[in-house]
Amino acid sequence: MATTMITTLDRSSRAAARGLSDISIRNLFIIPTVLFLIVFNIFPLIYSLGYSFTDFRASTNAPANFVGLQNYRDLLNDPFVWNNFAITAKYVIVSVAGQLFVGFGVAMLLNRDIPLKGLLTTLLLLPMMLSMAVVGLFWKLLYDPSWGVINYFLGLGNFEWLADPKMALYAVALTDIWMWSPFVMLLSLAGLSAVPKHLYEAAAIDRAGPFYTFFRITLPLVAPILMIAVIFRTMEAFKTFDLAYILTSQPTAELISIRLYKMAFQEWQTGRSCALAYIVLIMVLAITNIYVKYLNKVKER
Amino acid sequence: MAAVRTSSEIGLNRVAIVAVLVVTIIFLAPIYWIASTAFKPRNLATTIPPTVVFQPEISPFVKLFTKRSQMRSPPTPEEYAAAPWWERVVFDGGEKIVRDGKGQVQWSGYPSRFLNSLIIAITSTVLAVGMGTFTAYGFSRFKVKGEADLLFFILSTRMLPPVVVAIPMFLMYRAVGLNDSHIGLIILYTAFNLSFSVWLMKGFMDEIPKEYEEAALVDGYTRMEAFFKIVLPEAATGIAATAVFCFITAWNEYAFALIMTNRRAQTAPPFIPSQVGSGLPDWTVIAAGTFLFLLPVAIFTFLLRNHLLRGMSFGAIRK
Repeated sequence: MATTMITTLDRSSRAAARGLSDISIRNLFIIPTVLFLIVFNIFPLIYSLGYSFTDFRASTNAPANFVGLQNYRDLLNDPFVWNNFAITAKYVIVSVAGQLFVGFGVAMLLNRDIPLKGLLTTLLLLPMMLSMAVVGLFWKLLYDPSWGVINYFLGLGNFEWLADPKMALYAVALTDIWMWSPFVMLLSLAGLSAVPKHLYEAAAIDRAGPFYTFFRITLPLVAPILMIAVIFRTMEAFKTFDLAYILTSQPTAELISIRLYKMAFQEWQTGRSCALAYIVLIMVLAITNIYVKYLNKVKER
Repeated sequence: MAAVRTSSEIGLNRVAIVAVLVVTIIFLAPIYWIASTAFKPRNLATTIPPTVVFQPEISPFVKLFTKRSQMRSPPTPEEYAAAPWWERVVFDGGEKIVRDGKGQVQWSGYPSRFLNSLIIAITSTVLAVGMGTFTAYGFSRFKVKGEADLLFFILSTRMLPPVVVAIPMFLMYRAVGLNDSHIGLIILYTAFNLSFSVWLMKGFMDEIPKEYEEAALVDGYTRMEAFFKIVLPEAATGIAATAVFCFITAWNEYAFALIMTNRRAQTAPPFIPSQVGSGLPDWTVIAAGTFLFLLPVAIFTFLLRNHLLRGMSFGAIRK
């Protein structure tokens, strides 16, 4: 026994000597990734922080002049920029609430013995796997007031979805709900399947009604995972660019990322757009932080 | 639940089944409409009431791949008879295929953009999943100082809106000449997917018992050999799921491609919408382009559905 121990130890230590040590393997595996992410994510941010204090325009060769906090001051005093933020907030609330409602609803329907459940779930996932830009383009045809299929089947006549300033943002949100409810559905299904069955059996024995069962058992146990869905979808909806940019050019649907794109690559106000990018970045980090704190609270309960 | 079944419960179940079917049909209707429009003759694409039953045509795809121009005069019967079937399809639409001086058919922009999408998405997926797998193993098996902070840093790179990162990247790329290049987009998409790949793969790596490699180490394998011969095969499912997610993200990306490319390295997502133009667009051709573009992802989703479902809830629960 003792001799075998010695030989195995000996063999493994010889093998270790032959190869790299654990520490060098760890460094070899982790450091390149971290460096790569620093170079391509953090470095550009530092670079643009510098530009945000200048009046640089990438379309001219004029040197950048240092203007201090002027860009930030101008942007924070600009009612149009605040309007873009308000539009974005409205969009995030409508589309995330819609996805939560539809996604969780469908998950509740699917969470029972249904024939072809796996197939139906897969088919329902398709919209979120597709390209927002390319699908958005096609939704333009579906929304068309004179030959769009949506108006025909809903019997809406010549209803304007995308050209009406009041409707455009909701039309974009509706397409977003179509695309991303499947994501909420998938997470909800994972959460629902993790609820222990004996809780429902106990509730049935106690003759608890369906409402009591839903609000006292199902919802509290699924809440953490629903919260995760909300975090992910809020972050993504806040970043939305392609779908809204392709579907409509209504100023009432100009999300903050579209404003940012126009400022940087159409008006070529590079320095100013860098400052706006920083304001957006700080907002995203703040929202995420609030959510994560709230999530931890929900999880503790 | 299944033990006691009242009649009202069975009735409720029936209602649920019908409701699920209705929802599925509603969700799939737009995709069906894209697919069916891709096979319609042009005059049936925008009819009211919508045309549901029609003789499917391949002509939208012929038009998608070729450059065409309006015909001044109709082709002579000889010309028509001598033309291959795909050219006749274009003749029937009142157009002809553009040829260069040597009579070579001129391709549209679509095939090259589609190829760009393939090259960029596949390469960046391989890089992101490869690096992500190594890094995930590193985090999963070894003690790393400030591990939680590092992992959060890695995840946080994905929180940034693409447009925010795009401005400095655009300036940097212009400075070093990576604008409108395949390598430029590959690097960007790799950086974008890497964080996701590390997080998802760490979930899978944690599931593989440490004892497997320890046994191999005792047998005289080096750590590297144990990783490649024992751990990697065990992680194959996770690698496949991660790869599909990374591929889908890179394949569908629009904002970076719009900003960083204009011709040479442009991918399909910014190209297809740019073809609509201002006049009356030919929706059958756009549908054909969209349909072909969606096809790889739809097939992937279907073939790997079980891995996807697992990978998806995995990553989500762990985060």
